[in-house]
Amino acid sequence: MAAYSVSVALTGSGGAGSMTAGQILLDSASKAGFYGLMTRSMGPQIRGGEAAALVRISSTPISSLDDHYDLLIAFDWGNISRFAAELPLSTDSLILCDPAQGPVPDSIATYGARVAPLALKALSERVHGGRGNMIGLGAVAALIGLPIESVLHVLATQLGRKGEEVLAASTASVKVGAEAATLLPPMPKLPEGNPHGASRWNISGNEAAGLGALKGGIKFVAAYPITPATEVLEWLAPALEKTGGALIQAEDELASINMVIGGAFAGLPSLTATSGPGLSLMTESIGLAVASETPLVVVDVMRGGPSTGIPTKSEQSDLNIAVYGLHGDAPHLVVAPNSSTDCLAATQWSVYLAEALQSPAIVLSDQAMGQSRVIIDKPAESPYVADRLVADADIDGYQRYALTESGISPMAIPGTPGSNYVADGLEHNERGTPSSQASDHLAQLDKRARKLQNFDYGDNWADVEGDGEIAVITWGSVTGPVREALDRARAKGIKAKLISLRLILPALPERMDAALAGVNKVLVVEQSHSQQFNKFLRGHYDLPADVSVFSRPGPLPIRPGEILTRLAVWE
Amino acid sequence: MNVQVPLTAQDFKSDVKPIWCPGCGDYAVLSAITKALAELDTPREKIAFISGIGCSSRIPAYTNLYGFHGVHGRALPIAAGVKLARPDLTVIVAGGDGDGLSIGGNHFLHACRRNVDMTYVIMDNEVYGMTKGQASPTTSPDWCKSKLTPEGTGISPVEPIRLALAAGANFIARGFAGNPAEVARLIVEGIAHPGFSFIQILSPCVTYRPEEREWKQAVHASETEPAQIMAEAMHRLAADDGFTTGVLFAGNRAPFMPARDVKTTIADIERKFAS
Ligand SMILES: Cc1ncc(C[n+]2csc(CCOP(=O)(O)OP(=O)(O)O)c2C)c(N)n1
Ligand code: SF4
Repeated sequence: MAAYSVSVALTGSGGAGSMTAGQILLDSASKAGFYGLMTRSMGPQIRGGEAAALVRISSTPISSLDDHYDLLIAFDWGNISRFAAELPLSTDSLILCDPAQGPVPDSIATYGARVAPLALKALSERVHGGRGNMIGLGAVAALIGLPIESVLHVLATQLGRKGEEVLAASTASVKVGAEAATLLPPMPKLPEGNPHGASRWNISGNEAAGLGALKGGIKFVAAYPITPATEVLEWLAPALEKTGGALIQAEDELASINMVIGGAFAGLPSLTATSGPGLSLMTESIGLAVASETPLVVVDVMRGGPSTGIPTKSEQSDLNIAVYGLHGDAPHLVVAPNSSTDCLAATQWSVYLAEALQSPAIVLSDQAMGQSRVIIDKPAESPYVADRLVADADIDGYQRYALTESGISPMAIPGTPGSNYVADGLEHNERGTPSSQASDHLAQLDKRARKLQNFDYGDNWADVEGDGEIAVITWGSVTGPVREALDRARAKGIKAKLISLRLILPALPERMDAALAGVNKVLVVEQSHSQQFNKFLRGHYDLPADVSVFSRPGPLPIRPGEILTRLAVWE
Repeated sequence: MNVQVPLTAQDFKSDVKPIWCPGCGDYAVLSAITKALAELDTPREKIAFISGIGCSSRIPAYTNLYGFHGVHGRALPIAAGVKLARPDLTVIVAGGDGDGLSIGGNHFLHACRRNVDMTYVIMDNEVYGMTKGQASPTTSPDWCKSKLTPEGTGISPVEPIRLALAAGANFIARGFAGNPAEVARLIVEGIAHPGFSFIQILSPCVTYRPEEREWKQAVHASETEPAQIMAEAMHRLAADDGFTTGVLFAGNRAPFMPARDVKTTIADIERKFAS
C-alpha cells in the first residue's frame, strides 16, 4: 500500500480548544486535497471536561483509526489519564506539550514516545489575543507537512464572521506555531495533496444518515433527543422543514415511534432516530408496525450499554435487541451501515426496503461512525427511493392483508375513497378484522415472513471483497479496521476475504454460502462483550468448522493491527 | 355521476359485530359518533379513527372509516402522527380511562399542551373492562371488588377534565352514554373546534361496575355557557361534582401545525457537504 497517513491526537480540558483545533486541522487537510477522519472522545461533563480530537489524514480514503497516534499535542494535561487507553502511542510517536503544564503524566509517559517542548503559553503571549490551541494547530500543520496556506484559508472562511480581530489573532497564532515547529524534532511529512474541489465531501455519519433518509424520501420524523443520535435529528429538522417535510420533538420514545407509525399509516415515509435506551422503549410498537405492516425506519446509533451505559462511546451491543427484541414471531428488517459514508447509502436503502416491504427497518449505526467526520469522495447517487404498493380507490371488498404470492399487499392510504380499513396489531384475517383462529394466524405469520424472505436484496446484503481460504466476517463500524487490516495483510502476501454484513435481517443463507465458497477458516470481528454477532451468525448461517472470534466491548476501538495479528496466527 | 345523498349514522357503521357485553355503554358511544359524523358531512375517507387497547378501543373496527387499532396507551401519539403528517384529515381518537390516563397518561398531558387539531374521546367506566375488572386511574379509592385491590386502591382518582384543563386542552366536554344525542352534539362541536378537543364520556361497564347504571340519576346538564377563559373554567370545575355534562371549556389557542414550505431541493442541501 503506497498510501501514507498521519494520525494526530489533540487533547486538553474543556475550553482549551482541542475540538476547534482538530476540526480546523481536518478541514485544512481537506482543503489541501487529503482524505481524513476525525473522531471525538469526550468525558462525561456537559460542558468543559477533558476532550480529545482524534484526526487521521491520508492520501487515500480511510474509514478506520490507525494503530497509534504519530503525534499527540496536549494543550494541558487536565484529566488525560481518563483517556490514556484511547491514545496509544509508539516509541516513534512525538508528544508536544508545554513544560509550563508540568511533566508528562505516567499514563502517557509509559508509551515511551519522544517528547518535545512547545511553550504554548509563552508563545501565545507574543500575539495580541493569541490562543494556545491555534499556536498548537500551526505547529502540528508544519510538523506533518500540511501547507500552512490551507490552514489560513480555512481560518479565513470559518472565523471571518467573528470579526477582523479574532481572525487576525488566530492567523498570527498559527504562523507563530508554524515558526516554532522549525525547532522541533522532524516527523515524516505528508506527500503532495490532490485538491478536488466539489468532488470531495466533508460529512459526519449522523449527517449522512439524515441525508440518506431525505434522499430515500422520508417526509416525517418524530423523535426524542438522545446521545449519540441527536445530530441525525438536528440535521434533519431544518432539512425537512425546507423540503416540505416535518420533524416533531415527541414527549418520549413511546410517542415518537407511535407518531411515526401514524405518519406512515397516513401515507408519508417516516423515520425516527434513537440510541439503546430509546430503542428499548420502542420495541412494543415496532412489533405493532410488524403486525400492522406499517413501513418505518428506526435509526439506532449504538452506544455502550446496558442501561444508560456509556452514552458518549461506541459499542456494537444493540444487535441482540434489534434482532430478537420484539415479542412474538416478528420478522423485520435490520440494516447496518459499515462506515460513516455508508450511513448515507444504507439509510437510503432502508427507507426503500421499509416502504417496499411495508415493514419496520432498524438501522444499526453507532457512535464511532455516527459522530466521526470524514473527508470522502462525493458518494455516488443511489437509485433507492420510497415506493409503496398502494391500493386503488373503491376496491370492492378491499382486503388490506390479502394473502398475495409475494406477501406484499396493496396498502390503502387514508383519503382514498372506498378502500377504508382498520390497521391492527391484533392478529387479523385478510380484511384486517381481529381473529384468533389458528388458520388466520398461520396464514398471516407466513405472509409476513414470506415478503421479507423472498425479496431480491441484490448485492447490497454484504460487502464481499477479496479472495482466499480465510474470511473475516464482520459488520458495522468495525468493518473499517478490518478492511485496513486486510489491505495490510495482502501487502504481506496473506490472502483473505472480507464479508461485511449489511443486511442483518432477514438472513440470506444462500448468499452467505456462495460468499464462503472455498473458505475454510473464518475470523469473526465485532465489538461486544458477549459475542452477539458471532452467536447471531451461528444461529443463522452455516460457517466452516474453523472459526475464531475477536470480540471486545467498547469503548476502546478495534484497531487494524490487532486484527492483522489474529490473521497472522493462521499463516 | 354521483348524486349527493345525505349520509346517515348507519352509513358509518361496519358489519363487524362488537365484542362488547350486552348493555355496555360503549354501544351508545358508537352510535353517537356515527351520528355526529353523519351530521358533519366530512367525506368518510377523510376521517381517521385511532384507538389503543381495551374494550372501548375496539371501536374503530365497528365503523367503516380508516382506522388504527394500536397498542395499549399509544393512541394519542399515533393520532398526532396522522394529523401532523396529513393536516387534511379529520382525526378522532377513542379509548378507555386506563388506556388514556394510566399507561398513556404522559401522552395525554402532552397531547393537551401540543394542541394538535383532533378530538379525543375517553369512554370512562372507572374500571379496566378488557382485563376483567381491575381499578383504573378514575376508580374511587374505596372500590374493593377487584382481586388485585381487595381493600380498595386507597389512592385518589384522576379527574380527567381538570387534568385536561390544567394541561392546556383547547376544548373540554363531558357526556353520558345514556344520553347519546347530547354526546353526538358534543362530538360535532369538538371536531369543529380547532385544536385538541377532549370529551369524557361516562360509559358504564355493566359487567364489572353494574352500579354505574345509576349514573343516569347523577348526571345533570351544565347550566352555563362554556367557559372561554381558563381561570373561569378552573373556578367552575373546582366545584364540579364530576357529573356535569356539556361543553365545559372552549378556548382559543391556535392549534399546533409545523409550517411546510418547499424552499429548496435536496441537491441544494447536499451541496453544503462539498469541501
Ligand atoms: C402493554 C400492555 N399492558 C397491559 C395490557 C393489558 N390490558 C389490555 S386492556 C387493559 C386495560 C383496559 O382498560 P381501559 O383502557 O380502561 O379500557 P376498557 O377495557 O375499560 O374499555 C389492559 C391493562 C396490554 N394490552 N398491553
Ligand atoms: S367488560 Fe365492561 S367495558 Fe367491557 S364490554 Fe363488557 S361492559 Fe363493556
